[in-house]
Amino acid sequence: MFLIECPWCGLRDETEFSCAGEAHIARPLETEKLSDEEWADYLFMRSNPKGAHREQWLHAAGCRRYFNAERDTVTYKISTTYKIGETPPSEGKK
Amino acid sequence: MSKYSIFSLVRNAISYHENWAAAWRSPEPKQEYDALIIGGGGHGLATAYYLAKEHGMTNIAVLEKGWIGGGNTGRNTTIVRSNYLWDESAHLYEKSMQLWEGLSQDLNYNVMFSQRGVYNLGHNLQDMRDIQRRVNANRLNGIDGHVVTPEQIKRAIPEINIDQGCRYPILGASFQPRGGVARHDAVAWGFARGADKYGVDIIQNCEVTAIRQENGAVTGVETTRGRIDAKKIGVVVAGHCSVLAEMAGFRMPIESHPLQALVSEPIKPIINTVIMSNAVHGYISQSDKGDLVIGAGIDSYNGYGQRGSFPTIEHTVAAICEMFPIFKRVRMNRQWGGIVDTAPDACPIIGNTPVKGLYFNCGWGTGGFKATPGSGWVFAHNVATGEPHELNRPFSLDRFVTGFLIDEHGAAGVAH
Ligand SMILES: Cc1cc2nc3c(=O)[nH]c(=O)nc-3n(C[C@H](O)[C@H](O)[C@H](O)COP(=O)(O)OP(=O)(O)OC[C@H]3O[C@@H](n4cnc5c(N)ncnc54)[C@H](O)[C@@H]3O)c2cc1C
Ligand SMILES: [Zn+2]
Repeated sequence: MFLIECPWCGLRDETEFSCAGEAHIARPLETEKLSDEEWADYLFMRSNPKGAHREQWLHAAGCRRYFNAERDTVTYKISTTYKIGETPPSEGKK
Repeated sequence: MSKYSIFSLVRNAISYHENWAAAWRSPEPKQEYDALIIGGGGHGLATAYYLAKEHGMTNIAVLEKGWIGGGNTGRNTTIVRSNYLWDESAHLYEKSMQLWEGLSQDLNYNVMFSQRGVYNLGHNLQDMRDIQRRVNANRLNGIDGHVVTPEQIKRAIPEINIDQGCRYPILGASFQPRGGVARHDAVAWGFARGADKYGVDIIQNCEVTAIRQENGAVTGVETTRGRIDAKKIGVVVAGHCSVLAEMAGFRMPIESHPLQALVSEPIKPIINTVIMSNAVHGYISQSDKGDLVIGAGIDSYNGYGQRGSFPTIEHTVAAICEMFPIFKRVRMNRQWGGIVDTAPDACPIIGNTPVKGLYFNCGWGTGGFKATPGSGWVFAHNVATGEPHELNRPFSLDRFVTGFLIDEHGAAGVAH
């Protein structure tokens, strides 16, 4: 069982959360100029790494706010969680 | 290699079964092959078998990082059916079903394919409308199936709870009589033995670590057992497809998730069919050993760890206990997870890639075991000719650019 640290509420049981997929996928600006390939990349393509992954989580049965986490997809260990809009604490390392 | 038959059984019985020949060789990898298949799961081995048998390509090798069938092939709940909604998928899965029906004979290997029928339960009015629609679509495609009432289900499966007062009452089901189960290991081993017979090298403990290319075309791979050259490479690595795509320099619309299953202690025969429920994320059948085989839903997070979370198991077991109150005191023996490659439209990706000579077959997600022979059949065609087979043409990677998605969430969904 995971214990997940919500940046607002602190450590809580994983059953209170739901994972909302890869983080830091910015919606492209000037969408009217996007090619089909660029749309496909934004909508469907994912990095899906084996190892460190930055992803969005929702504290669904708590404060109901989204936040980001960096988690290892092999060990499932969460190294850090941070608020939406903040730069990932490990930025520059990866 | 000797043919398996009643005579070989008798002959080997006389020598106390100590002289059976190995079912396939374990050769050293050669420097170069005409084609490489990366991934020794059922789909990769089936591809190699049909490449050799149907396309005469025998100077080929299957590279597997662990042992063959040790991925999702050996971890799944073995449900086989072909009642998918859209024409594209119905045709593909039905091709597979037809191959299943002759597979043990074709391979001279008992894959224990048992057409015991598959029920897909509906728990609300919308489920029932969708089931009706899917069954109609199936029948128009020549695929067997009909809609059954709770009373008909109860007559076939006396232990099931059709009480209408519970949280997710059973309002009916679709039933595909030709659906059923097969023995997963035997499928991997049968295809491996079949391919080996044609001279295909099956190389285990050989992990691909890089894909070599020149001028936009593949030239070979780096592996933990050295460099191997080939101008055609088929990648069939399920949950690891994004990792291999990254080696080749492109991205996939895939996310890898843990999917779990569990089996109970063996009990006397009690379920002689397969019962699945998409809505409550539980499906159940009984193996020949007597274990209840139960499948769960995926965990919502990405995972390559071949294990999922306990709350997911709890959720599934709760659903099974509501459907079958009689199983409340059955003890579970083992539980495990696989890494499933889920695609945005719950359909596989089979075909060419941006790199010449490099072909991918993945995205089968939670439900590709049933497709094993059909997937190998079409992918062998694709690898041999460089062009998709008619049946896999709609499943190109390109569909995410053109927008021609094939939305099978209803028929594939979480259950299988
Ligand atoms: C718990 C569970 C239940 C399921 N239930 C059903 C079901 O009831 N019915 C159904 O139809 N489907 C079901 N599925 C889905 C089904 O198991 C898969 O879709 C199918 O088995 C995929 O087969 P495959 O050969 O493509 O993949 P796998 O069997 O996973 O084979 C891929 C192989 O590639 C190898 N590999 C990976 N990376 C490398 C590398 N770098 N170099 C060399 N080799 C590599 C892996 O070791 C692995 O052996 C279930 C899956 C799970 C996990
Ligand atoms: Zn919170």
